[in-house]
Amino acid sequence: MTSARPAAHGASSEVAVGLPRWAYVPAALGGLLVLLPLVAMATRVDWGDWWSLVTSESARVALGLSLRTAAASTVVCLVLGVPMALVLARSGSRVLRWLRPLVLVPLVLPPVVGGIALLSTFGRRGLLGGTLEVLGLQVAFTTVAVVIAQTFVALPFLVVSLEGALRTAGSRYDVVAASLGARPTTVLRRVTLPLVGPGLVSGAVLSFARALGEFGATITFAGSLQGTTRTLPLEIYLAREVDPDAAVALSSVLVVVAVAVIGLAHGRGGAR
Amino acid sequence: MTVALAGRRARTTSGTRAPRRVAVAVALGVGAAATTAACSSGDAAGDDGAATTTLTVFAAASLTEAFEQVAADFEAAHAGVDVRLSFAGSSDLVAQVQQGAPADVLASADTATMDRLVADDLVDDPRVFATNTLTIAVPAGNPAGVTGLADLADPALTLVLCAPEVPCGAASARVAEAAGLDLAPDSEEQSVTDVLGKVAAGEADAGLVYVTDVARGGDAVEGVAFPEAANAVNTYPVAAVADAAQPVLAAEFVDAVLSPEGRAVLAGVGFAPPSS
Repeated sequence: MTSARPAAHGASSEVAVGLPRWAYVPAALGGLLVLLPLVAMATRVDWGDWWSLVTSESARVALGLSLRTAAASTVVCLVLGVPMALVLARSGSRVLRWLRPLVLVPLVLPPVVGGIALLSTFGRRGLLGGTLEVLGLQVAFTTVAVVIAQTFVALPFLVVSLEGALRTAGSRYDVVAASLGARPTTVLRRVTLPLVGPGLVSGAVLSFARALGEFGATITFAGSLQGTTRTLPLEIYLAREVDPDAAVALSSVLVVVAVAVIGLAHGRGGAR
Repeated sequence: MTVALAGRRARTTSGTRAPRRVAVAVALGVGAAATTAACSSGDAAGDDGAATTTLTVFAAASLTEAFEQVAADFEAAHAGVDVRLSFAGSSDLVAQVQQGAPADVLASADTATMDRLVADDLVDDPRVFATNTLTIAVPAGNPAGVTGLADLADPALTLVLCAPEVPCGAASARVAEAAGLDLAPDSEEQSVTDVLGKVAAGEADAGLVYVTDVARGGDAVEGVAFPEAANAVNTYPVAAVADAAQPVLAAEFVDAVLSPEGRAVLAGVGFAPPSS
């Protein structure tokens, strides 16, 4: 559920020239591998009690916290990620070409490793911990830590989606606008970003979905306290200890939200 | 956390074997089945002719060190027997057995989890073999100067407890209630190892863990004992699984855990004997 991949940049497979028939067998098996567990989980849901399980106080608090923190981290992703994507797509610097793959590191890191890395940075004994403590700020065990953890894992989704869109769009129109006397900020606002609008939206939606599913970095770095740091994935993991039915019911909520979000992103990407 | 548990399980699966054999198995990159096969050519007892019998023991994660030792002693005393250990949270282990996992023996960290198997007729006659009490874990040097349970109520202190849903959290709630304290933790972790980890990393000033956890935590953590811990003594039951593949060996392993030698091993890592 958390391993959503960035949407394909060029969704153009209308021309299926001579696709060998055997390819459908592994393709179908792959599809089953993804879908069957979700269907199987749906069969485990106690639908009679579903509503009361997913509206229990702890569930509502966790879902509310998840939605708020995922929205906040999506905003942070946009604020940081849009300029990152612009710099990566438009700069000819050789240093950046080397740095570019590093943006993807959070995508492939096990989330718990991400959490340890964040602790090493923002934790009390971390790199910035002493400075933060002097300023009277404690990051670990706060909602801010949840947003940082979610942003850390979600940022690559936005940067990769948007950078791909920027490269596909090219810079022809930007050049024209600049030659007509538009200042760089105006070009960005009036030409570049509107052109990659769909890519931007799908990137933002994917970041949101990834943030919503974040578990490992959060539990490692932020902790788990109702209303403060216990997001829905953490609540599910905890509920599993005592009430497997509640865990399954809450999981179904997360699947529905994730599928809806992915559907939204995919719809946008395809409409490009 | 899952990663850490998986790592520990992987380590303990091969932990009771001769290092050279493990190295060979790892070098070959073979799975557990092949590792077991490799052991059939004589194990700790050095009895080459005997066929290997595998006894599968599920045990609570807090029993890791103790049961590795008990299993090694058991293998030494039973030629041709290979004890396969699987450590996880008690709730996970119980759920696995309920879903048909091939366990011969199960040792859990509290009677509540074991009672679920008793209710399902999946175990015979659980017997309490050890007890564990809570203690306050503080980072090395005790930077916050914690001296007792009452200090944990200080809001300025960064406190980490187990969530009330898991056994260590239930025990923490009991001691706090008995002491009339209203503890407001900064985080409620999913397991006692998570609490220990956050204290050992210095992220928390204090946490409530078991005496055995502090013993395991090494130099990074110190324990501060408190009298109220007597209100929440955790009892560890062990039982042979009803449809064990090796019922005789399973019963013998349970006896080994309860034997004076087994008790000595458990005492060595900080467990107390059963109270009655």
